[in-house]
Amino acid sequence: MFWKSTYNEFIKIAAKPRSYIGIAAITLIIVIILFAMKSDGMNFISFITSSFEQTLSFEGNILNGNLIAFVILQMLIIHVPLLIALVTGDLVSGEGAMGTIRLLLTKPISRTKILFSKYIAGCAYTLVILLWMAFLALIVGKWLFGSGDLMVLNSDGLIVLQEHDLGWRFLCGFSIAYLSLVMIATLSLTLSCFSENSIGPIVTTMAIIILFTIIGALDVPVLQKIQPYLFTNHMVSWRNFFEDPLPYDAIMESACILLIHIIGLLGIAVYKFNRKDILS
Amino acid sequence: MSDTNEKIVEIKHLEKRFGKFQAVTDVSFDVYRGDVFGFLGPNGAGKSTTIRAMLSLIKPSGGELKLFGKNLSKDRNYILQRIGCIVEKPDFYKYLSAEKNIEIFARLSGMNVTKSKVHEIIEFVGLKGREKDKLSGFSHGMKQRLGIAQTLIHDPELIILDEPTTGLDPQGIIDIRNLILQLKNERNKTVLLSSHILSEIELIATRMVIISKGKTIVQGSVKELLNAQELVVLFTVDNIEKAKQLLEKVSLSEMIDKVDKTNLLLHISQEKIPVVNKLFCDNGVNVFSIEAKRKLEDYFLKLINA
Repeated sequence: MFWKSTYNEFIKIAAKPRSYIGIAAITLIIVIILFAMKSDGMNFISFITSSFEQTLSFEGNILNGNLIAFVILQMLIIHVPLLIALVTGDLVSGEGAMGTIRLLLTKPISRTKILFSKYIAGCAYTLVILLWMAFLALIVGKWLFGSGDLMVLNSDGLIVLQEHDLGWRFLCGFSIAYLSLVMIATLSLTLSCFSENSIGPIVTTMAIIILFTIIGALDVPVLQKIQPYLFTNHMVSWRNFFEDPLPYDAIMESACILLIHIIGLLGIAVYKFNRKDILS
Repeated sequence: MSDTNEKIVEIKHLEKRFGKFQAVTDVSFDVYRGDVFGFLGPNGAGKSTTIRAMLSLIKPSGGELKLFGKNLSKDRNYILQRIGCIVEKPDFYKYLSAEKNIEIFARLSGMNVTKSKVHEIIEFVGLKGREKDKLSGFSHGMKQRLGIAQTLIHDPELIILDEPTTGLDPQGIIDIRNLILQLKNERNKTVLLSSHILSEIELIATRMVIISKGKTIVQGSVKELLNAQELVVLFTVDNIEKAKQLLEKVSLSEMIDKVDKTNLLLHISQEKIPVVNKLFCDNGVNVFSIEAKRKLEDYFLKLINA
């Protein structure tokens, strides 16, 4: 029954027009970035490397598919949560708004199983969005710009990662980026259990991300104590895989904090959904 | 009449509070296998709350809910597998076709439902040829029919229909009534029907309960409950004064309710109608018409206003 319910959720997500907004938006944004890089990418590279040009000389294909993928990941990871929440924030509250929750919860399947079916479908949707982003950024990027070493600018300076050393880094980077997006999916699903309309959970998810991002960036001693525990501070931990040497501790800490958030939020969602009186 | 004495719904002293608001105070009734059971009450009486509690959509604050001899809180899935329902209005996924909607709910019914069964049930409710159409183009009546298809897809023993004729045109109401009678007569289903159209209940229900302000007022067989009531009978006669005098003569004048130029409204039992008619005719009062008005509405209003 659980897998039948999960299959139902896949059908619903696939049939909903809003599910394609995220895919269309990512496609459009990446196409614009690729077009901009193709037409004016070297100026962008010069701007980044200008401070090093007197001490270093750059050779080879610097503006390559790997750099494009890195730039796209960096730009989009902040905005993709909205597109994820658009679908996952609607999973429970959308049923309430449509009235279908009355029928759904009178079927001989537990509420917990229904919720987890929705969660699995939401996580699968998140994976599709991320894989589509990875495909456009890496595959199309390499097809248009070719391959090469990746030049990464971070707070310590400039790191050049060799081309043969990049595959696993992108794989791990996308994996931890997936974990952070799953965290967003969990947050919006949990909020969805508290709401009877679709917009509320989506807006609240974005408000929480914005609020936590601001708190995470404020250089105030009292806030610095909580900053390491804010999930928004760990959503960029994918960048750690493009450091040399790898900051294993920071990566583990981020993964653990994201996982704790996911488990905690799922617990709240299950508790609320099981006790919810259906009055819509 | 119930087919057996097997109780398939037993509700005892059901209570539901929403914060400080007491929606249901003390509702008790039994539904027997084979009943078409009318669930009556004015708006806000607690009908929908009771039905939602029976379907585990809301958690009762007190009382006992037993269906098919089992406790709802302990054997929820066993019970729900045997129930088909429409709660308030039948809402479906608008972006999916009628067929896909039925398949979605069939998958969760706990039974193996084949594609041919889906088509058969869609045909049964008169939606053949529309199964591939998206729900966004369906009228309220069509959605109501699809709702009934959804309740029947897993061949449940008990069908709960909460206000199934709301928003339907007269033909739609007749169609739904005929469908319910078909379910009872041809498919041997037990139907619990809540409706604000009381004449609907009078026409098709075998047993009924009336609730008001969250409490059970009365329950029993529709026939017995209504037969226990006096009729309101309108006699249209040519000589109203003489008719009144005749009634006084035989000590029936206290039964007179209203009088106008040609009409005499009497509260009498069914057996007294021919007696009064004979009295008038034998004494030269011409009777043009006799209209017995015993509506469930009268009974219902009398009870809830008591």
